[in-house]
Amino acid sequence: MAAGVAAWLPFARAAAIGWMPVANLPMPVAPTEKNKKQDELIVLNVSGRRFQTWKNTLDRYPDTLLGSSEKEFFYNEETKEYFFDRDPDVFRSVLNFYRTGKLHYPRYECILSYDEELAFFGIVPEIIGDCCYEEYKDRKRENAERLMDDQEDNKDSKLPNMTFRETMWRAFENPQTSTMALVFYYVTGFFIAVSVMTNVVETVPCGSVPNQKEVPCGERYTVAFFCMDTACVMIFTVEYLMRLFAAPNRYRFMRSVMSIIDVVAILPYYIGLVMTDNEDVSGAFVTLRVFRVFRIFKFSRHSQGLRILGYTLKSCASELGFLLFSLTMAIIIFATVMFYAEKGSSSSKFTSIPASFWYTIVTMTTLGYGDMVPKTIAGKIFGSICSLSGVLVIALPVPVIVSNFSRIYHQNQRADKRRAQKVQKARLARIRLTKTESSSAFLHSKRNGLFNEALELTQLPYKMSLSEQSSTKEEQHLGKSSSLLESQHHHLLHCLEKTTNHEFVDEQYYQQSYLEGGLQNYPQRSPSLSSQDGVTGTCCSRRNKKHNTPLRNASGPAHMQPLTHTQTHNRGLQELSTIHIQPLSTSRSSLNMRIDEPASLNCQSSQITTAIISIPTPPVTTPEGDAHLPTGPSHQNVVKVSAL
Amino acid sequence: MGALMVIFSLQTKQRRKTTDSVEDELELSTVRHRPEGLEQLEAQTRFSRKELQILYRGFKNECPSGVVNEETFKDIYSQFFPQGDASTYAHFLFNAFDTDHNGSVSFEDFVMGLSILLRGTVQEKLIWAFNLYDINKDGYISKEEMLDIMKAIYDMMGKCTYPVLKEETPRQHVEIFFQKMDKNKDGVVTIDEFIDSCQNDENIMRSMHLFENVL
Repeated sequence: MAAGVAAWLPFARAAAIGWMPVANLPMPVAPTEKNKKQDELIVLNVSGRRFQTWKNTLDRYPDTLLGSSEKEFFYNEETKEYFFDRDPDVFRSVLNFYRTGKLHYPRYECILSYDEELAFFGIVPEIIGDCCYEEYKDRKRENAERLMDDQEDNKDSKLPNMTFRETMWRAFENPQTSTMALVFYYVTGFFIAVSVMTNVVETVPCGSVPNQKEVPCGERYTVAFFCMDTACVMIFTVEYLMRLFAAPNRYRFMRSVMSIIDVVAILPYYIGLVMTDNEDVSGAFVTLRVFRVFRIFKFSRHSQGLRILGYTLKSCASELGFLLFSLTMAIIIFATVMFYAEKGSSSSKFTSIPASFWYTIVTMTTLGYGDMVPKTIAGKIFGSICSLSGVLVIALPVPVIVSNFSRIYHQNQRADKRRAQKVQKARLARIRLTKTESSSAFLHSKRNGLFNEALELTQLPYKMSLSEQSSTKEEQHLGKSSSLLESQHHHLLHCLEKTTNHEFVDEQYYQQSYLEGGLQNYPQRSPSLSSQDGVTGTCCSRRNKKHNTPLRNASGPAHMQPLTHTQTHNRGLQELSTIHIQPLSTSRSSLNMRIDEPASLNCQSSQITTAIISIPTPPVTTPEGDAHLPTGPSHQNVVKVSAL
Repeated sequence: MGALMVIFSLQTKQRRKTTDSVEDELELSTVRHRPEGLEQLEAQTRFSRKELQILYRGFKNECPSGVVNEETFKDIYSQFFPQGDASTYAHFLFNAFDTDHNGSVSFEDFVMGLSILLRGTVQEKLIWAFNLYDINKDGYISKEEMLDIMKAIYDMMGKCTYPVLKEETPRQHVEIFFQKMDKNKDGVVTIDEFIDSCQNDENIMRSMHLFENVL
């Protein structure tokens, strides 16, 4: 429960009066404030800057430094204030947490210093509010990565027993690791450049033999070009085979984009070698040479920017698709319109709609070659509309792509989408967790409740025997687990339970009981109830002794009165039995096993023997059958605890 | 042509948006409520000055604008009942607190209500509860109204209860209630019947004093 709404708890409790006339059971006693003093101002001096707040504000979170007695260590007697030698700026966030119940992370703050302050004041970073949690996690991750990078750099210098294969792979992936890798990197880069230049220069017309027409260089110096080509392909093949050998996962390597590019780059040469003799397919062979241009893509291993560009295009696939789609729509529309507009004019170039496509594309991209122009007035009008709209349609999706590129370039190139999904899931999980935490806190304290009340009670007779000190110590030990606010909240929930005559249980237990349907036998609390025989031992043993009404020894007999009409048994039946309140966990056994912790601690601290007065209820056939009782209001076993 | 239409519609949308935002801003600035002075509130309610101060501080913290609207109210109330759905009951509560039915609960409404609930006589508290149950404020609690209230209360328990909540549980509870309260068996409970029956029931009487030490 957020501290912000703690101020509304009195209201919620007052509103509970609305349930009272409806309830059929007596309500539990409200927790009282043991020492109700006037609220006082506390002065917190943090490195000279003084903060003041109410004591109650700080008490909202008793398990932090400021909310517990730990702050007494920092109390300065002379100035009557609490002095902390810490950063006052970060302390602002810490104090705001107490005031509003939400912890914020200031963006300008260094993540490490913030973490330290939180640790000092005993605040868990996980409760940072939704608004700032993403930022916090991002910064933490960046920091962790930075540390890891540092570690890796150190690690690189000394490599413990890496196999030759692993060394090679690392050399390929990261040219900075060794000199050999660097050499290899530059050599391959050089040969890629050479190969590309060769392909280009091949087609340039070199000087001609006087009596022949101009021939491209490729045909003039066939041998030279062929040798150069062969050399390049050799290098590429060797490189590819070496990469294939070094790859940790060969199958994955072969499927990766870069390796496909490598293969496509060198294949034409080999195919050409094989097919040199056959004249018929030489035409096809020439076309295959086009694929040699793919060698230029090998540069993307050498250039980070190129890789980012490729990644951007991949991640903007949807925007690109939209651009294409809208363009196609516009082209078709305008081509149709232009065709019909120009149909009338003679010698028109717009011979068919597909022919008009070319005009539309050239106009929309504002190229305007001028090889096709409309001649009719209608055609000119529609042509101008076409060019105007072209600017718009193209201008709209392009900035999206541009911004995507710059974003990816400036950030890490991890898979952003994958991270976002995980973050969203984590966020929902946190919200769910805080909800279940507050509800489980109530269930948890319910189980404690019986024990606590018993303990309080038994302190009366035991106070003689025990020393003052130890009893108060025990009391404090119990009180520490929940603040007054929490106990009031739990009392409220308890009243609701009594009103509706149903209990809160946790998910697990509910699943079980729901599945098992009409479960007849409940697990009892391990204490065995020695019941008197006349009574339906059955019904008593079946009733689950979870109900704990507040101890009202004085009003004991008064409680019997409401049970006027339940009777098939002798009413006055009150059984006294001794019950050991043992670790409640054993009684619940596997059913409510989610919450262990302090509960078991408390229980095991001492065993208490208490007396329980139980009043049997009429036999109930089904466990859920409270409301099925034909006779008037149903009454559960009223279990009261009183000292022996 | 299509582009022209796109441009046109964009423009109109923009214009509409600006007028909306101006209105929104106006609306926000007028919803800011300042309560009456401390002396007046002290006279009208049974709280002491200090208690009013504490109450107002908490109220203002959660609702800086000075009034609570139904959404915020539901939100706040739901935080106390994490397992179930408290919105229906919060709705009824809101109507009970909003005595002038203007859709928002100001600090005065809040404090008046609390004054009755925490410091009022048993009679006043019962009247307040009757008003809570009487949804249409006609002076009678009918079975349907009671059923609505009962369902709202059971909703707050949520799903994971022991014993498992059944469909007819609220209805049966309403039956029990009517059997107890409706003396002349005419199907409705009037305020006198209600007060009478409650005063004869020990449990209810005792529980009325339960929250007196709150605050």
